[in-house]
Amino acid sequence: MGMTYVEKILARATGQSKVKVGDVVEPRVDLAMSHENGALVLNQFLEIYQGTGLEAKVWDADKIAIIFDHRIPAESAKTATNQKKVREFVAQQGIRKFHDIRGDEGGICHQILPENGYVLPGKVVVGTDSHTTSHGALGAFSFGIGATEMASVWALGCVLNVEVPATIRVSVKGSFQSCVQAKDLILYLIGRISAQGANFKVLEFGGPAIEKMSTSGRLTVCNMAVEAGATSGIVPADAETIRYLHEEAGVKGDIEIIRADADAIYDQGIEIDASQLAPQIACPHTVDNVRSVAEVAGKEVNQIVIGSCTNGRLDDIKVAALMLAGKKVARNVRMLVFPASARIYRQALKEGYLSTLMEAGAVVMNSGCGPCLGVHQGALADGDVALATTNRNFKGRMGNPAAEVYLCSPATAAASAVTGVITDPRKGE
Amino acid sequence: MSKVVLKLADDVSTDIIYPGRYMATVLPTETPQYAFADMGDFNARIRSRQILPHSVIVAGRNFGCGSSREQAASCLKGPDFTIIARDFARIFLQNSINLGLNTVICPEIEAEEGDELTISATQVINHNSEKSFTIVALPKARQSIIDAGGLIPYTRQRLMQGKK
Repeated sequence: MGMTYVEKILARATGQSKVKVGDVVEPRVDLAMSHENGALVLNQFLEIYQGTGLEAKVWDADKIAIIFDHRIPAESAKTATNQKKVREFVAQQGIRKFHDIRGDEGGICHQILPENGYVLPGKVVVGTDSHTTSHGALGAFSFGIGATEMASVWALGCVLNVEVPATIRVSVKGSFQSCVQAKDLILYLIGRISAQGANFKVLEFGGPAIEKMSTSGRLTVCNMAVEAGATSGIVPADAETIRYLHEEAGVKGDIEIIRADADAIYDQGIEIDASQLAPQIACPHTVDNVRSVAEVAGKEVNQIVIGSCTNGRLDDIKVAALMLAGKKVARNVRMLVFPASARIYRQALKEGYLSTLMEAGAVVMNSGCGPCLGVHQGALADGDVALATTNRNFKGRMGNPAAEVYLCSPATAAASAVTGVITDPRKGE
Repeated sequence: MSKVVLKLADDVSTDIIYPGRYMATVLPTETPQYAFADMGDFNARIRSRQILPHSVIVAGRNFGCGSSREQAASCLKGPDFTIIARDFARIFLQNSINLGLNTVICPEIEAEEGDELTISATQVINHNSEKSFTIVALPKARQSIIDAGGLIPYTRQRLMQGKK
């Protein structure tokens, strides 16, 4: 019996010739990522060494990445102090993949990792963030862990007690209609299989529509795999992956590609025809409460957010700029745009997208997570309705349990910004 | 016996258990004050320490879905809750095991607030309904972390053994 793509990765990372679903393994980690919660990780890390007489030194400083994105610039003295502690730790341990609050190299962790070539196909990536599933877009096995588990990784260089997950194969055929995007595909899938439909499993994406999809779109799809409960999303590396890594991520030299065995065993198969997909929207207060945009069209919105690790890349900002060119954001709407990284911010500036958006009335914010996790930069009033290209709409998510959050694609968000109500982006054509 | 102090539905996210706006608070000694912060009455009971140790929260499926924030487990560990759910989201379950929060997977559990339960290694007995419900054992590998008293002592053991 052959191995799936993920089984192949885990076999290599554990030095075994074969692993199978349910095996408990301790894979070596190729990249361990944290953000501001590195402050909690380092507390736990230091505690591990207490009373051991051993020096608290991370296993490999070059395999640790720390990116500040959740609360930048710091929204409180407490956060600022946490960030300071992490900076000191980074300097002391010699961690070089550190991205502070900067206009040259800062941004959201799930954008910084790919665009700097930190993630390669076939590697094992862990992050203290549930959306670490994103990096499966580059053919890595990448999943979220808690802070104490990361402290253990920093000490040992492997993740303890990982059960080899089963793989659900999602095959997408056909071509997307105009104004229907990667976000609509993943929202549709989550709605179809539910928030727990892929619990403890991997969602592997393939088929002609995925082969044609850019790495940016694949990042969107894998990013939200966790909203169906998946341990990871993954797109087996292909020509597009190699192109992205060489042309956009500065990776030099040959990149090895691994393939699943032809006789690998899959948990189940799901088929989707992209040409049949309409724009999708996740309604309050769960990500799997998905409908077509047309079903909720006309609902008034108060705040529109374009950004986040899901949809803050250059192509997302471009779509919004093209739709808002020469138009105005409705007077009842506050529109906030967060380029996912400083690099994207500068590219969007150069292309003129940001001035187009500002002339329409949008506010361009600094690169970071923005209001997605409900800390700052766009809290909602009681009764407010937000329409966001982010990834979660749980009650209270954007800082106020008395507000509502809808999730959609950049095209739907931009079309709705003009009208001030939830709008099917295909209407504007 | 342990009393059910809160009953929850399916898909309770970590944003409900520990809202994101309190994530700058990281110390396990400080996180319990924000447990279920948006559920005012229950949060007030936790803050005023009206809840006895080993009190039970009964949840449906996919408890702890969403963010990987470990505060969602540490804030429940502080007041020493036992969480019985039909099943758990992966990262939350692992965080709970790592921190020593008592989690019980009980796919058929039926219990209401106020019910008295006895929890053994294999089943939950509800003394009010006089029904019993089978517990799904944790995988052996995870049990070894629990037996060590959590992931910190477990990792410490591994370091001392020089096993990498």
